[in-house]
Order: sequence, then structure tokens, then C-alpha cells
Amino acid sequence: MTKLDRNDRLVRLGLLMIALSAISVLAIITIFIFEQGTPIMFKYGFRSFLLGRDWYPSEKSFGLLPMIVGSLLVTFGALMIGVPLGLASAIFLTEFSHRRLSRILKPVIELLAGIPSVVYGFIGLMFLVPFIRERFGGPGLSVLAASIILGIMILPTVISISIDAIRAVPDSYREGSIALGATKWQTVRLVVLPAARSGIIAGIILGMGRAIGETMAVIMVAGNAADIPGSILAPVRTLTSNIALEMAYASGEHREALFATGVILFIIIMILNTMANVTSTRQRKK
Amino acid sequence: MGQQLRFNPKREQQIAQSLMYFMTAVAILVLVFILVVILKNGLPQLSLEFLTRNPADMGREGGILSTIVATIFLTFIALLVATPLGVGTAIYLTEYTVEGRITRIIRFGAECLAGIPSIIFGLFGFILFVNKLKFGWSILSGGLTLAFMVLPTIIRTSEEAIKAVPAAYRLVSFSLGSTRWQTVTRVVLPSAIPGIVTGVILSIGRSIGETAAVIFTAGSALRMPTSLFSSSRTMSVHFYILAKEGVSMPKAYGTAAVLVISILVINIITYYLMEKYIKRKS
Repeated sequence: MTKLDRNDRLVRLGLLMIALSAISVLAIITIFIFEQGTPIMFKYGFRSFLLGRDWYPSEKSFGLLPMIVGSLLVTFGALMIGVPLGLASAIFLTEFSHRRLSRILKPVIELLAGIPSVVYGFIGLMFLVPFIRERFGGPGLSVLAASIILGIMILPTVISISIDAIRAVPDSYREGSIALGATKWQTVRLVVLPAARSGIIAGIILGMGRAIGETMAVIMVAGNAADIPGSILAPVRTLTSNIALEMAYASGEHREALFATGVILFIIIMILNTMANVTSTRQRKK
Repeated sequence: MGQQLRFNPKREQQIAQSLMYFMTAVAILVLVFILVVILKNGLPQLSLEFLTRNPADMGREGGILSTIVATIFLTFIALLVATPLGVGTAIYLTEYTVEGRITRIIRFGAECLAGIPSIIFGLFGFILFVNKLKFGWSILSGGLTLAFMVLPTIIRTSEEAIKAVPAAYRLVSFSLGSTRWQTVTRVVLPSAIPGIVTGVILSIGRSIGETAAVIFTAGSALRMPTSLFSSSRTMSVHFYILAKEGVSMPKAYGTAAVLVISILVINIITYYLMEKYIKRKS
């Protein structure tokens, strides 16, 4: 770094202010959500929020357990669908397909990442929900429908980050393994995937964050009943849907309870972010 | 190892390969199916009238003009606020400091911000802009909320664009006696502009498609917005309401087609610019 003259120091101070105010946005958001959401949690006790099974805001019963379970269930379901499909596509496009094919398909997949989530929800509502209702019974609006739609939504994220992680594995690893007589698939399974592991995991965690934070698409296909679902064909309500469904008319303690829902969602997301950050730093150091 | 190689390796390879081929085909067909359905049902709805008339009868009749205007206003405000903040942060991180605790904190903060779900931004915007600052449900509240949401994208892409400018440019500029600020404004930024623009365009795409953060901050009034403080409904909120409440499926498909086409066009431009200006240089 060259020496700065007085003007440059002023500029640097100004830019530092800008950078700090950009980051203070995170602090402000955290403060506002917690300030609105935590008092009611203290008033009724964390236990009754986290473990209460009854969500009847009009009777001052604010149990969030069905929504916490709901969010975890659909996120888990989304990963069960999105991760195998996404990972297989990434391996196929990097290791087994023609260069030309992957050069066409990767941008296509990245373009599809931009399709708004409401559109995914709408397609789910028009095609998937009736299909589940007719084939498997139940209302169709279900854990299964939400999991499938979220699984499809996280596909582009999982695919493009896994492709980057697999491409970052040096070719000499593959050449060494092939030279030892391993088949292409053995090379992928025993050499390439272990080497790309932390990048792939970071991609999966990002997809998970997207799934757990998604709102509008889930509302359209999940049925939104505030009960712990008895089967994957039963309707479900997630933390995000809980906020979005009732925010428009909530007031007083009801509104505070929705902010408390936001607090819990926020904490879950922050844990995921930190995990993704730690794994991707570990990858970079390697 | 011995146990893992139990199968005939050639056979295993064949099975694995065809399985992956099949799964890739499923993944890509599903994504393409969504696109085809929207365009096939939506394109026939599009006409000059659809684009130039306001919605009537809660969206059952008429076009989507007011929602297009609202989307453009909201996006414009978001970028007006987020671009200077984001580019300034990126310049600070790349040109005015060395890696250390402060840069780590700023980067970690930006990454966390990128991971926050849009509904949390919506809650935040609702409490701060709509309630505390008394902007009400308005273009201004929605635009500011979106600005916070796209900020991390702008920081990251600008940072990458600035880093991609070769160090030699800066050294030559210094050796000619310029100050750091002169170097940044006359040498670094001009060559980083295409990359920065890429980040801005990417943010436009995100703002257009956003629903959860907008519906509680900009509201959902169907009138043509007349000022910063009018409550208004963006395209994606309009589409959500049409579809969720079953107001009119043909109009929903039409709106979805406009939404998807504009986002695809924006993403294609972004992709082209990225290939051209960011990835090549680094």
C-alpha cells in the first residue's frame, strides 16, 4: 500500500463510513427483529414458544412447535430431493458429459435460478398439488408438495456450486487415480468427491438456507394448517408462512408473536450461515 | 478399499453413469418444464393492451400497466440507494485497506445479510419504514427494503470486478504521481465499470422477482402510483394475489410470462457481461 496524502486519508475515512453503514444494516435488522420479538417470549416463557403445540393467537396461545417442525420437515424433504438430483447433475456435467453439453447446460441452469419463487409455487399449485391429491389422496396441499417444490427451487444453487467445487479439484488427482487403474466412476467416488467435499457441503447448506427461508412458494402449496403433520400427505405450516399469512391483519401481542417467529427463523438462518462460512473458509485454506 | 471395490468396477461404472444421466435429465427437464408451461400459457395472453392498460375489477380485466410502473419505481429506488453504498464498500475493501479484522467483519456481515430470508427483510421494513418512520405502505418503504436486500450482491460483484483490474494499471498510475483517489476514479473504476454494472443488473432481476419483502412494505393497492408515498402493487405481488386467490388464471399466466421474460432477459445480459468482463480477467 502506497503512502496516502491528507485527501486520500479523508477519502478512506469516508469510504470506511460507507462500508460500516452498509454492514450496520445487518445490525439494525437484528436489533429491530429482536426488539419486537423477544419481549413476548420473555413474558410467556421460551418453553411455551418453542414447545407449545397450540397456535391460537386470539386466545393468547402462541405455541410455535408445529411451525418449527414444519420448517424442518419441508427443508429436510427439499434436501432429500434437491441434493441427489443436484449432485448427480453436477457430477454428470463436469465428469461424464461432453464439454460442449456442459457449456450449454450450466448457463441454462444458472438462468433458471432467477425464476421468481412465486412462479415455482404457482406451478406447484397448478400441477403438483392436483397430481398428489388424485394419486396419493389427501388434500394435495401437503408436506410432500412443499418438499418437492423447494427441492426443485434449490436445484440451481446446489448444481452450480457443486460444479464449481468439482472443477476446483486439480486434474492431477484424476490422472493419478486413472493411472493406478481406477475406473472413471471410482475416481469420482473415491478421489474427486472427497476432495470437493467441503465446497459441495457449502452449496448444500446454502440450498438449505434458501429452502428454510422461502415463503411465497411454500404458502401456495403447503396447505398452511398450524398442526404438526401426521403424514407427508398432511398440510403443514412453516415459520415463514406463519409470518406472511397473518402479518397483514395481526396487531398487539399477535403481531409480537409473529416477530418472535421471525426471531427463531433468524437464529436458525444465522447458525446455517456460520456453518457455511466455516466450511467454505476451510476449503479456501486447503 | 477392498470392501468398496466388491462389485465389478466396469459394471459399477455403467450403472452409476446411466443413473446420473437419468437424474440430470430429470433435473433439467423439470426446470425447463416450468419455463415452457409459463410461456405456453402466458404468451397468448400478451398483447399491447395487456401491457398498456391498468388492471380493472381486482385484476380480472384489463392489463398490468400500474404494476409494471410500480415495479420499475421500486427497483429504481432500491438501486439508487444500494449502488453507492455497495460500490463504496467494495472500493474500501479492495483499494483502501489491507486484509484484517475490519475487512473480515465487513465480509462476514455481507455474507450474513445475503443469507437472510426475504420475509425477515419484509418484517424489518414493515416495522422501520412503514411504522416507525411513518412512510406507510409505499414505494419508498418497499424500495428501501429492497435496497438492503440487494446490497450484498452489489458489494460482492463490485469487489470481484475491482479485483479483476490488473495490478499493473495501478502501479503505472502511481508511478506517474497520481494519488490513490485519482488512481481509483480514473484508472480502476473505469475498467471495473462493466463488472459493477453486472452486479446492478443482477440486483434488478432480484428486485423484480421479489414478493415476500415487498408485499408488507409497498402494500398491494392496484392504483397507478403517483408519488413516493403511494401504496402500490408490483408485478410479482400482483401475480401472487391473482394465483393464490384464484382471481383469474389467464391474467396470472400473462403476468407470470411478463415477469419471467423480463428476468430471463436481464439474466442473459448479466451472464454475457460476466463472461466477458469478470471471469476472463481473473
